[in-house]
Amino acid sequence: MIPELGTYALVLALILSVLLSTIPMVGAHRGNLLWISFAKPLSVGAFFFIAISFVILTHAFLVNDFSVSYVANNSNTALPWYYKMSAVWGGHEGSLLLWVLTLAGWILAVALKSDDLPADILGRVLGVLGIVLTGFLLFTLLTSSPFERLLPRSPAEGADLNPLLQDFGLIVHPPMLYMGYVGFSVAFAFAIAALLSGRLDAAWARWSRPWTNIAWAILTLGITLGSWWAYYELGWGGWWFWDPVENASLMPWLVGTALVHSLAVTEKRGVFKSWTVLLAIFAFSLSLLGTFLVRSGVLTSVHAFATDPERGFFILVFLGVVIGGSLLLYALRASEVKSESSFGLVSRETMLLVNNVLLAVICFTVLLGTLYPLLIDALGMGKLSVGPPYFNALSVPVGALLMFFLGIGAVTRWRRQDGKPLVKQLVLPFVAAVVLGVLTLFWREGEATLWTYTGVILAFWLLNMALTDISQRVRRRSSSVWENLKKLPRSYYGMQMAHLGVAVLAVGIAMVSAFNEQRDLRMSPGESQRVGDYTFIFEGTQHVEGPNFTSDKATLRVLYKDKPYTVMYPEKRLYTARGNVMTEADLDPGLFRDLYVALGEELEGGAWAIRLQFKPYVRWLWLGGLMMMFGGFLAASDPRYRKQARRAAKQETVNA
Amino acid sequence: MNPKRKKRLLIVLFILGGVGVSVGLTLFALSQNINLFYSPTQIAQGEAPVGTRIRAGGMVVEGSVKRDNKSLRVEFEVTDFENKVPVVYSGILPDLFREGQGIVAQGEMDASGKLQAVEVLAKHDENYMPPEVAEALEKAGKMPKPSGQEFNK
Repeated sequence: MIPELGTYALVLALILSVLLSTIPMVGAHRGNLLWISFAKPLSVGAFFFIAISFVILTHAFLVNDFSVSYVANNSNTALPWYYKMSAVWGGHEGSLLLWVLTLAGWILAVALKSDDLPADILGRVLGVLGIVLTGFLLFTLLTSSPFERLLPRSPAEGADLNPLLQDFGLIVHPPMLYMGYVGFSVAFAFAIAALLSGRLDAAWARWSRPWTNIAWAILTLGITLGSWWAYYELGWGGWWFWDPVENASLMPWLVGTALVHSLAVTEKRGVFKSWTVLLAIFAFSLSLLGTFLVRSGVLTSVHAFATDPERGFFILVFLGVVIGGSLLLYALRASEVKSESSFGLVSRETMLLVNNVLLAVICFTVLLGTLYPLLIDALGMGKLSVGPPYFNALSVPVGALLMFFLGIGAVTRWRRQDGKPLVKQLVLPFVAAVVLGVLTLFWREGEATLWTYTGVILAFWLLNMALTDISQRVRRRSSSVWENLKKLPRSYYGMQMAHLGVAVLAVGIAMVSAFNEQRDLRMSPGESQRVGDYTFIFEGTQHVEGPNFTSDKATLRVLYKDKPYTVMYPEKRLYTARGNVMTEADLDPGLFRDLYVALGEELEGGAWAIRLQFKPYVRWLWLGGLMMMFGGFLAASDPRYRKQARRAAKQETVNA
Repeated sequence: MNPKRKKRLLIVLFILGGVGVSVGLTLFALSQNINLFYSPTQIAQGEAPVGTRIRAGGMVVEGSVKRDNKSLRVEFEVTDFENKVPVVYSGILPDLFREGQGIVAQGEMDASGKLQAVEVLAKHDENYMPPEVAEALEKAGKMPKPSGQEFNK
């Protein structure tokens, strides 16, 4: 009975969301405040019923209700309770429900947090979000209901959650990624609302910015978590595979990054407006495309769920409607958009334009590499795959260029900047960066390539430029340094934090790519192997019983410079319900290096295939990601958005 | 031409130039890095080039896996139930590598007709078959019936 209530709640949510996508829109069009005022209660209601159905599904997992097909396929009585909770989004149907819940959560947040918005804009924003929500609710109910029953022949035991997903990383990674993905729907809704109302101005950018920043920050976190999870859970010690599904999350991030910067220009200077709108549309469209790629099963990927052409078709149609509709609207309205100011060839506007072009280039490259195999396959011209070298060959140099301009852009003035003082400002930090970068790498053993040097030098370059800029700002005014530091706005610190995150990320990529050491070995008990300054001694394996798995647990003693350092226990687990074999790597994390040990398969005579890895600076990858995320939140929380928005809203009421 | 127009023209040229260069580079890099998939039958018919990175896949032949007892070198055969291709690989095989399992190997054909693999992929779901393998098997009319404990709706 209870699971049927879950479906029922979803149907109610669908009705509310259909109302949400019509009544406030019509109200905004006609200027009827009463109709617009329906938006808020409808948003709250839709969220409420979706939350209920989510709770009901979670409940079905917790009480082992295997009469529900989705639960039977993704859970098991032996599964610990926390994995039962996360198993809710371990498969297609449940993760779609999570997606819908996240979207409803964003809608709720917009509805509750936007008292400062003019009523008609709020009505349109929520209306557009209602349309998106309606689409996804229909998708859930028509093609992928998680509440379908297996009656009367319901199994006594479930098939268990995919062991790969029985992990802390999976508990947090998908919700974060979804929140980021779906968050761009808010930026999209703001853009569409602005196009509909014809008020594409600085005020619009100011409303949209904090939301976009938050969505971007969460997506950054989601991607970072995904990379970290793949690193320790897949057992290969890789942190980015250019897997199509990773690309699917990277593309909205790249466009989202461009959007965050372009919105800044639109708000401060009133230019790039139509470009900003276009970016908002694309950021969301690429999120949808990502969903399509993952859900339709057209891709060969670790992430691909069971395939179902009907689902893929639905999303494809939905994608067509959203992209086609919004681009049509854009085509009709963009010509009315006028720039409010002009800017010189050397100016911060130009620098941000360069940023946008480069990010768009990377995104286009990734898109091409991801879709090309699908295109060739669809044309019947054979099966092929595009390898990581393709993606690296393009994203690395363009990324380096991006970092170079980032260093200049942050100190360039708005509107117009004289070339000579700018160049003067740049020379010392650049020379210092080259010297520091070369000194850092020169004494290090191992082969640093030109790109390693480039990465580290550019990281120092960003650091130097950030210090230059901060010290100039502090010295500019008469009061004390500390006073000045406190006076700098929070969004400024957010920007610097995120940009330093880029530097940290670059160091991580450069160092781990160049100095990673990996040995795949056959080791018998008692054998040892040296990797860098560390010696690994294989002691043999033991048989261990877990709650829902049995395991071969190896013991490796590790010596550092011939002194005992630590003991590591990598495992090979057999998950009994599905008969899946899983590699549980063991790692010894550190700020400057990770030790990483994974078991391959058992060979004769107690010997094992073992992978030993020494990964310098690998943590910096995720540290950089976290800094970018933190910067995004810091910028979004700047009090000026709320103050100025309130002022603008007042202005609107006076004008009306 | 007035200065404003000139400036705009410069910006447009800059963007066009950037886009042109990047499209060119992209296509070049793409052409260098695509790995075509060949089925065992295609390889047996000599369609696969020697010394070029390719992907090949099929089911691992039962009883064909031979390990070297000194190193991590392993030899096995993959089949689409029409023809077989020997694969040589040195390293750690994925968790789901088993005889009778669908796999995709990436590497180069050598002169003796063996695939020297640098990477062996098997996906993390025992009911999952790489689409390329599934299609190759279907073409050969040898698609096995699914036998997991997946509950059908």
